[in-house]
Amino acid sequence: MQPGPLLLVMLLLPFAGSLVAGFLPTNARNTAATLAGSIGVVGSLMLVWLYLDVADEEPVRFALDWLPTLGLDFTLRLDGLSWLFATLISGIGALVALYARYYMSPEDPVPRFFSFLLAFQGSMLGVVISGNLVQLVFFWELTSLFSFLLIGYWHHSAPAREGARMALIITASGGLCLFVGVMLIGRIVGSYDVDEVLNSGNLIRNSDLYMPALALILLGAFTKSAQFPFHFWLPHAMSAPTPVSSYLHSATMVKAGIFLMIRLWPVMAGTDEWFYVVVPVGLTTLLLGAFAAIFQQDLKGLLAYSTISHLGLITLLLGLGSPLAAVAAIFHTLNHAIFKASLFMAAGIIDHETGTRDMRRLSGLARYMPFTATLAMVAAASMAGVPLLNGFISKEMFFAEAVANHTGSLLDDSLPYWATLAGVFSVTYSMRFILGVFFGPPPIDLPRRPHEPERWMRFPIELLVLLCLTIGIVPGFTVGPLLATAIRSVIGTGLPAYSLALWHGFTLPLLMSFIALIGGIVLYYALRRYLMSGIEGPPLIRELKGQRIFDKVLVTISWQWARAAEAVLGTRRLQPQMRLVLALAVIAAVVPLVGHVVGTGMLPGAPMEPAFVVVWAIGIACAIGAAYQAKYHRFAALVLVGGAGLVTCVTFIWLSAPDLALTQLLVEIVTTVLLLLGLRWLPKRIEDVYGTRPPLSVLVRRYIDFTIACGLGAVMAFLSYSLMTRPHASAVSRFFVENAYSEGGGTNIVNVILVDFRGFDTMGEIVVLCLAALTVFGLLRRFRPAPESIESPEQQRIQDAFDDAEPTRAPGDTLTDYLMIPRLIMNWLFPVIGVAAVYLFMRGHDLPGGGFAAGITLSIAFVVQYMANGTRWVEDHLRVLPLRWMGLGLLTAVATGLGSWFFGYPFLTSYFQYAVLPVVGKIPVASALLFDLGVFALVVGATVLILIALAHQSLRSSRSSQSSEAERWR
Amino acid sequence: MEMMLAIGIGVFAASGVWLLLRPRTYQVIIGLALLSYAVNMFIFSMGRIKMDAPPVLTPGTAADPAVLADPVPQALVLTAIVIGFAMTALFLVVLLAARGRTGTDHVDGREAE
Repeated sequence: MQPGPLLLVMLLLPFAGSLVAGFLPTNARNTAATLAGSIGVVGSLMLVWLYLDVADEEPVRFALDWLPTLGLDFTLRLDGLSWLFATLISGIGALVALYARYYMSPEDPVPRFFSFLLAFQGSMLGVVISGNLVQLVFFWELTSLFSFLLIGYWHHSAPAREGARMALIITASGGLCLFVGVMLIGRIVGSYDVDEVLNSGNLIRNSDLYMPALALILLGAFTKSAQFPFHFWLPHAMSAPTPVSSYLHSATMVKAGIFLMIRLWPVMAGTDEWFYVVVPVGLTTLLLGAFAAIFQQDLKGLLAYSTISHLGLITLLLGLGSPLAAVAAIFHTLNHAIFKASLFMAAGIIDHETGTRDMRRLSGLARYMPFTATLAMVAAASMAGVPLLNGFISKEMFFAEAVANHTGSLLDDSLPYWATLAGVFSVTYSMRFILGVFFGPPPIDLPRRPHEPERWMRFPIELLVLLCLTIGIVPGFTVGPLLATAIRSVIGTGLPAYSLALWHGFTLPLLMSFIALIGGIVLYYALRRYLMSGIEGPPLIRELKGQRIFDKVLVTISWQWARAAEAVLGTRRLQPQMRLVLALAVIAAVVPLVGHVVGTGMLPGAPMEPAFVVVWAIGIACAIGAAYQAKYHRFAALVLVGGAGLVTCVTFIWLSAPDLALTQLLVEIVTTVLLLLGLRWLPKRIEDVYGTRPPLSVLVRRYIDFTIACGLGAVMAFLSYSLMTRPHASAVSRFFVENAYSEGGGTNIVNVILVDFRGFDTMGEIVVLCLAALTVFGLLRRFRPAPESIESPEQQRIQDAFDDAEPTRAPGDTLTDYLMIPRLIMNWLFPVIGVAAVYLFMRGHDLPGGGFAAGITLSIAFVVQYMANGTRWVEDHLRVLPLRWMGLGLLTAVATGLGSWFFGYPFLTSYFQYAVLPVVGKIPVASALLFDLGVFALVVGATVLILIALAHQSLRSSRSSQSSEAERWR
Repeated sequence: MEMMLAIGIGVFAASGVWLLLRPRTYQVIIGLALLSYAVNMFIFSMGRIKMDAPPVLTPGTAADPAVLADPVPQALVLTAIVIGFAMTALFLVVLLAARGRTGTDHVDGREAE
């Protein structure tokens, strides 16, 4: 297989595995572990295969066009450095999978764990082999996300949730900073491609944007790699299962920030700014982490702070800016991953087999688990920098670099002392780990009786410790070439002279190592009594708690500020909101006109007809009257609104829009009936709560409302007048007018637009109508009227009382007598209105009418029956089934639309032909007619459903009042 | 004619907006009805007003947009009328349900203090 595509497979494999693991049954522990382990192994084998390609000068590349115009391609790029990191990720990934198989309890949903772990593995691989910086940031954020999910894996425990949240907020905010920083780099270089960025070192360092880009990118790197002052999330992340701590929080994810700094080291390092930002941060982290690690009581806490300290060491090395320091940084990254992963696994075994990680309770475990104890001792010695182990070699390189002169400043000159001090601390905490846990008296009162773990749970540690030893004894033969490849990809051709060897003679670094070793032992014995006392947290810096500040910031932003903003800006009342929206509408309409000379149009306009003026005077009176009466005289307001609607109808006819007039009239009828039905459920009008004269605040509010209303009215009047008096040029209308008959086969242009040209819009519209009707139906099924509205209306009670009093009459007779003649007429009207509906429907394509109008007409025919005979009579005699009408209508419309697919046309393409029928004559047969039929059926169904659902409520109430009366009689 | 229609639209809109700002749900529903008349007329007037213009085509003669009534605003308004009905119905039922549950017809679901 070509190296490029192989790279893609290597990246996608963990994600595919994650998906598969996610769907495994909860108890498939072995399957999931095998899957994860084999993906790690396969990834490692691929990397071995790719090594020869990478060892050449050119990196392996694979590119897919994604957004080429924006310079965004999906690019994978594997060079020596990413090879080293990718191998760490895949190799340790496989070992962690094996380890986790034994560590995880069968009661946990283990496949989910492996699913997250694999997804993390893929994201981390994505970070290191991305050939595009934006793509790198994407995978970077993915690692934060999966780290969050893995830390919070035991989501029933509160510390796990809090640790997960803290890690996510810090690393993801850092990721956002990084994203902006990468954007700036892209702006400077003109490309996000890693190769091009790496070739533009001078351009970047001399750019004005160098400082902001540096600051933002370092924020990303420091948060991810737990550098001071963002280090505090890492100890909290220790609530994760130990395989996660071993994998993410020591070997890989926390190294992402280091990786980024190494990756951009050739183009960003070497400046004063870089030195004075990175070195102090690294040094502080190194010392603080090492110091705090000594005083931890939790085994994993000790390792976490030690990790922070080692990350600080690597950062410090990178900050120095010299090539040799970079070599030491890369080498130490590798070494730290190896010994720290094994130490975490050992800590996990101790936790697993004894039930506790508290060092105050653990002691003398060497006699119960001698193998594990030996392995942990070797790894811890490597952590302390004892000769013959890998940690010693890179630590000595660090000491050598600390001694070497870089900038000649006070900070640079004092480095050897700080470095030795950090060495002392690391020896002390390593001793504490070993002596405190494995030696001393046998433990008492442990939750479990300690014993050796299962054979294969120890295997990953054995392998890693073996690596510690071989690298430590014969570094040149083992990692020498790999390291050289990685270093060459960072530093380029001018490789500095370095020697990987155990013995360099009696040098200053060796003396420093010796001092550190002796000093560490002395310090341990000096502190022993204090440590035995079991005090939590380190002295001197106990008060320096990052998470306290973090919590405080979080509470301030997400709670206090939110509350304050809600108090100032929010309201739970509708009226102020409406006021704001409408005032904004007025302002939005007026603002564009400011600064322009705005006048009305020049056209003379149509001559004023007196009758039209009279009609509109009535309309205006109706509208104002309705506005005035709507509070206390609802019925009057309803009548007046109807009047305003009729004026609208008349206007439509007057101005050559018969279709609109027809529809408006029909809708007017239906709406009025609907509102009449609703009136019955509204409370009786309440007297003015303010008495005769409302208070001033109310008057002011009304005054403001009045101003807004008048303002909006004036704006609309002005806009419509100015537009109506300007010339009209609508190419859109021209198209419809010219093509309605030739393309749509109808002479009624409006109808052709609705069912043919813009059929898809109409489809959306009938769906809305359908949803509205269904919502009405649903709401009314659970309708609970207010208690005072349940009783029969006053008029009905009087009639019933009269009927009760007369021995010859049954209740309801008065009503029946009263409507005797109208009811007969209305019964007979049913077929008449039905025929009218069919007529309106059939002529719709050519003359005013159509599916909407016909549908509403037919629904009026039904409603008239309800009005004449009462709900109960109609429901006994007529089964309307409006839901079926709606369903059939929608299906017909959709099927018509789909039908055009069978003829190879887009959705809702229509076809038409004229057919001649006997008697009826020539009628248009268009597929649009079928579509209109669907519209018709749906409108009938929806309208009838809304109306009868509301009308039906009167039955429910009379039933409940009957039962309540029955109770009263009893 | 244009002036009269414009004033009418303005008064309808103003009455509707005034009612939208009132505290009782019934006032709001009446206000919405008035406002939709105003908006429909406003959209309709975008096609300019033509009296006695044929609204439908006569087969066999050339279609002249200058003579015919503008169909596009009409089609838009026709849709708006039907949707307006659906909205009124929905709002009515919501206000009835709210009144049933809260015992008041105030728009906030409780009487102002």
